[in-house]
Amino acid sequence: MQTPAPCGYERASSVDGVIATLAERGPSTRIVAGGHSLIPMMKLRLATPEHLIDINDLHELSYIRQEGEEVRIGALARHVDLLRSELLAEHFPVFADAEEVIADPVVRNRGTIGGSLCQADPGEDLSAVCSALKASVVIRGAGGERVVPMHEFHVGPYMTAVGDAEMLTEVRIAIRPGAGSAHEKLERRAGDFAIAATSAAIWINGGTITDAGIALAAVGPFTIEATRAEELLRGKAPSDELFTQAGAICSEDSMPAADGRGPVDYKRHLVGVLTKRALRRATARALQ
Amino acid sequence: MATVENLPSPTHERPVGFGRLKRKEDARFIRGKGTYLDDIRLPGMLHGAILRSPYAHAKILSIDTSRALEHPNVVAVMTAKDLETLGLAWMPTISYDTQAVLAGDKVRFHGQEVAFVIATDEYSARDALPLIEVDYEPLPVVVNARKALDPDAPLIRDDKPGKTDNLATPTWEAGDEQAADRVFAEADVIATRDIMYPRCHPAPMETCGMIADFNPDTGQLNIYNGNQAPHVHRTVYAHVAGLAEHMIRIQCNDIGGGFGNKVPVYPGYVCAIAGSIVAGKPVKWLEDRSENLMSTGFARDYIMHSSICAKDGRITGLKVDVIADHGAFDSTAQPTKFPAGFFHICCGSYDLQAAHVKVTAVYTNKAPGGVAYRCSFRITEAVYLVERMVDALALEMGVDPIALRRSSFIKPEQFPYETTTGWTYDSGQYDKTMGVAMEIAGYEELRREQAEKRARGELMGIGVSFFTEGVGAGPRAHMDILGLSMNDGADLRLHPSGKAVVSLSCQTQGQGHETTFAQIVAEELGIPPEDVEVRHGDTDRSPYGLGTYGSRSTPVSGGAVSIVSRKVRDKARLIAATMLETRPEDLAWEKGRWYVKGDPEKGALIEEITQRAYSGEAMPEGLEGGLDAQVIYDPPNLTYPYGAYICVVDVDPETAFVKVRRFIAVDDCGVRINPMIVDGQIHGGLAEGVGIALMELISFDEEGNCMNGSFMDYLIPTSMECPDWELGETVTPCPHHPLGAKGVGESPNVGSPPAIVNAVIDALHQTHGVDHIDMPCTPARVWAAMQGRPEPPQ
Amino acid sequence: MQVTITINGQTVSRDVPPQTLLVHFIRDTPGLTGTHWGCDTSNCGACIVQIDGKAVKSCTQLAAMVDGHEVKTIEGLEVDGVLDPIQEGFHEQHALHCGFCTPGMMMASRSLLDENPDPTDEEIRVAISGGICRCTGYKNIVAAVRWAAEHEAPIKQEV
Repeated sequence: MQTPAPCGYERASSVDGVIATLAERGPSTRIVAGGHSLIPMMKLRLATPEHLIDINDLHELSYIRQEGEEVRIGALARHVDLLRSELLAEHFPVFADAEEVIADPVVRNRGTIGGSLCQADPGEDLSAVCSALKASVVIRGAGGERVVPMHEFHVGPYMTAVGDAEMLTEVRIAIRPGAGSAHEKLERRAGDFAIAATSAAIWINGGTITDAGIALAAVGPFTIEATRAEELLRGKAPSDELFTQAGAICSEDSMPAADGRGPVDYKRHLVGVLTKRALRRATARALQ
Repeated sequence: MATVENLPSPTHERPVGFGRLKRKEDARFIRGKGTYLDDIRLPGMLHGAILRSPYAHAKILSIDTSRALEHPNVVAVMTAKDLETLGLAWMPTISYDTQAVLAGDKVRFHGQEVAFVIATDEYSARDALPLIEVDYEPLPVVVNARKALDPDAPLIRDDKPGKTDNLATPTWEAGDEQAADRVFAEADVIATRDIMYPRCHPAPMETCGMIADFNPDTGQLNIYNGNQAPHVHRTVYAHVAGLAEHMIRIQCNDIGGGFGNKVPVYPGYVCAIAGSIVAGKPVKWLEDRSENLMSTGFARDYIMHSSICAKDGRITGLKVDVIADHGAFDSTAQPTKFPAGFFHICCGSYDLQAAHVKVTAVYTNKAPGGVAYRCSFRITEAVYLVERMVDALALEMGVDPIALRRSSFIKPEQFPYETTTGWTYDSGQYDKTMGVAMEIAGYEELRREQAEKRARGELMGIGVSFFTEGVGAGPRAHMDILGLSMNDGADLRLHPSGKAVVSLSCQTQGQGHETTFAQIVAEELGIPPEDVEVRHGDTDRSPYGLGTYGSRSTPVSGGAVSIVSRKVRDKARLIAATMLETRPEDLAWEKGRWYVKGDPEKGALIEEITQRAYSGEAMPEGLEGGLDAQVIYDPPNLTYPYGAYICVVDVDPETAFVKVRRFIAVDDCGVRINPMIVDGQIHGGLAEGVGIALMELISFDEEGNCMNGSFMDYLIPTSMECPDWELGETVTPCPHHPLGAKGVGESPNVGSPPAIVNAVIDALHQTHGVDHIDMPCTPARVWAAMQGRPEPPQ
Repeated sequence: MQVTITINGQTVSRDVPPQTLLVHFIRDTPGLTGTHWGCDTSNCGACIVQIDGKAVKSCTQLAAMVDGHEVKTIEGLEVDGVLDPIQEGFHEQHALHCGFCTPGMMMASRSLLDENPDPTDEEIRVAISGGICRCTGYKNIVAAVRWAAEHEAPIKQEV
């Protein structure tokens, strides 16, 4: 098997401690949570951190709870917890949709939402989910906390708004009436990253779409927020024809690269199909 | 539904002989007490790691190992120069070519071995690899086998004096070209296709590796190595290392899957041996998964152009032209007289009037190999070709694909049947087996369902494949590998207690030999299988033989064990006659006992006879004592298992995702020793077929970089992609095999890919005009076919 | 650094480099080579063990991350000579050939039954989808887990 290069290791006992260590040691120090992105990269020598800070003892970050009119998810909430959360199932079923097709059940026991978002793999399903839901993330640094909306979170391939001596601690999603959401993903085989995936969130009031969130995974250098398609939907009555149109716009606005999963034209086509299907299911849930 | 399924069996059921016996070898595996290569720790053992080329074709200008040598835990770093002094820089392959152990002048494929680091632990060995500096000068690359013989193609094997092109072996032909041309001229219908069987990989779950332990004081070389042909390897190492064979001992212990991947001799093995000789300590080399996928023996990579014809509604002729991509070195494993393996069995299960086959083998800048992955020596390629062509012909003729097959099958009364390409099939009831498959599948009902779904815009496909393959190589007159004839031996020794040890040449990698061969002895002698120890995998303690691949264990070693057991039984008869004070001809046998024909109460149990054999009491003339026998079995022919497979797929009309909904497999492998193990072999091979048909691919970019060097990119089916297999059986014994058994291990991989691809095309032909698609049928590739733009994957 | 893990109820403590993977820490412990590895990218599942009762791929954790925690491996399934129903089920239903993926398949199955004592065939297939078997075609593995679910002892021993 391939093995990691020599590195140092410590266990964090507090978030402030993590930030202090990051500030002190610099960018060759990485946080490890679930480890299922970082450790495979270390084994393949694609990442060679000199030092690791293990945050798995920070149990205070493992929550999924409602606070006022928000659902708040701690960075250390595991995929399996997101999959099984009744709170999320009630308000944001898009999470369960995505979690069922993220990796496999064993990986889901360890991987975390914080790790997934910060890894920012262009194919990451949770990034699309949180973008579609118009979530915000809480980032803590030496100077305190700041709240960053998802549409400012992705800044480049594998790059996020989390700075060198900062840590993502929480995800916040507003609960608004009339919500429905769904995730549609096509993978070549169970456990694979997506060929393409769409997260769709829709808010319907009085028979009209008052807001929409659509995010595309795996068809660009990072998660794509389909703002043009969202604009199309706002103020209209849901219909299959409308969803097809939205899918076509998403298809145009996606930026897929040709690779082993497929050529550009197929991926664009898939974006259209998956977007339409996600909107259909999100709408059905909103109208329930 | 007449299916043979694994019904829960009471734990007290233990047949003495053939039957559903639970496996003896399970006891250690379910406890985690197997002994695989990485489980073996020897005192003072060092660890090796291989530095591999990042280029597909490049000159090596210099190699600087000084920084690696400075690593505190590195003991040695070997390059081609070091191996040259030992005469080990190049090694012979199983197909009479040569292969670089470590690249000296240049590298010829992405991932080729360049240097070997030996360190005190495996982490340090890997840490040292990036410290070796190699200066390369990249050269033009050829990875498209169709272009390998172009006049301006880069010359790959310039190590061979006088070599001016990339032809790997002399062109192979079988059949009769003129007769085929005549038959085609007289045909009513002709169909032509370009069909590729893409490169894929056996990828057993345990990668390849070796522990070499050379004792400088005794000159003995002890090797631990999971390989499918330990005696052949020992002969090769004796030749390569200049040691006498009896100074080399290979122990295979438990092997985590082979599937043909563990047949070749790999450079890493030779490096481990050289390293141990040089360091005077045991050296372990164990590859990682990327090395396994990128450098060890791949499978297939056949580019085929074929025509098939029919007259009066029956298939009459077949022509095939093949370009075979062997990679940078010819390391394929097949009997010497058959450089294209058994590909010319593509004449199939049909009573053809003529066939012609031509195979041109080329070198390319890719990893070496080609014969692997349950292929029965290229029969996977052959059956894929003919079964796709039969479906193409059925489309052309506008007839049901099963009806066309049934009208053209070889009939039972025609066996033994000599085919147009030189095979003599032993026995078969093809139409009967096809009928059983149709019944299990509910074929008529499936066609009705398909029509209803099509009317609603749903795409359902039904695909068929009928295969005949030839296994159990083989008769010594025709079959040798590296000049070693393909016979196998068996030694059987009964102990005073009446328990037995049978030693075999074949080598299990999960096929259940510890159980099934004990069952053969049990069937012949009446000794319970739990009292028969099956010994194999240790060249010091097993008779010479050519190993396990090409489904030869049951046909060859099974034949040997049966015959050796009968020899012991015959000796036992003579002893029993003495014990019972009668003549041997007055005795009759029932399982476990010789008894007097006229007086059945009077008899001798096999345990009593064995005790007598070891006692001081009088023995019959000609027998000295003890009860044992040895046999080398020279099979008179291959055996020809066959089967009828039906696959049902659903294709998502928008995403083009293919789901295998049902798979019906009716195999006829003659007499079944252990139906549970036979069914298990079939399940596993069918899963491989799903993988090959839908997702497995080793591909290269224009620079020759391998794009599928991990299990993230080389996709193998999980439990989610495999349906609940539906199995049936017919039993047509093999007339020339002592047990009537034929072997089955490779049949499911042989027969399933064409059934799946035929199903995909069946789903898409009427609505989208698809009449061919190459594997793997990934969503993207199926979608392209639906748009009218199918392309081969490479 | 010193890493201390309770494996199958026994305390195992060794000084290892921090980058040591959990799978190697386990396999370098005498008598514990039953946990296997078969890939580089966390796909094959041969390395699956239980950490604090949950199935985890041990090739994708550093041993240091598991310091102070409890690990159960395939060797820990059998208790005082009594096989776990999962082990029996695999034998009864011929759910292993070469045995190499088997430890991972068994630990993933054990984890499934710990949480869901009466799974459907589909739930079994999902639970084992994190591992690859090249030999069995999965049908008999599903049958083995079903058998184990039907034969679980009424009182399970806690290790």
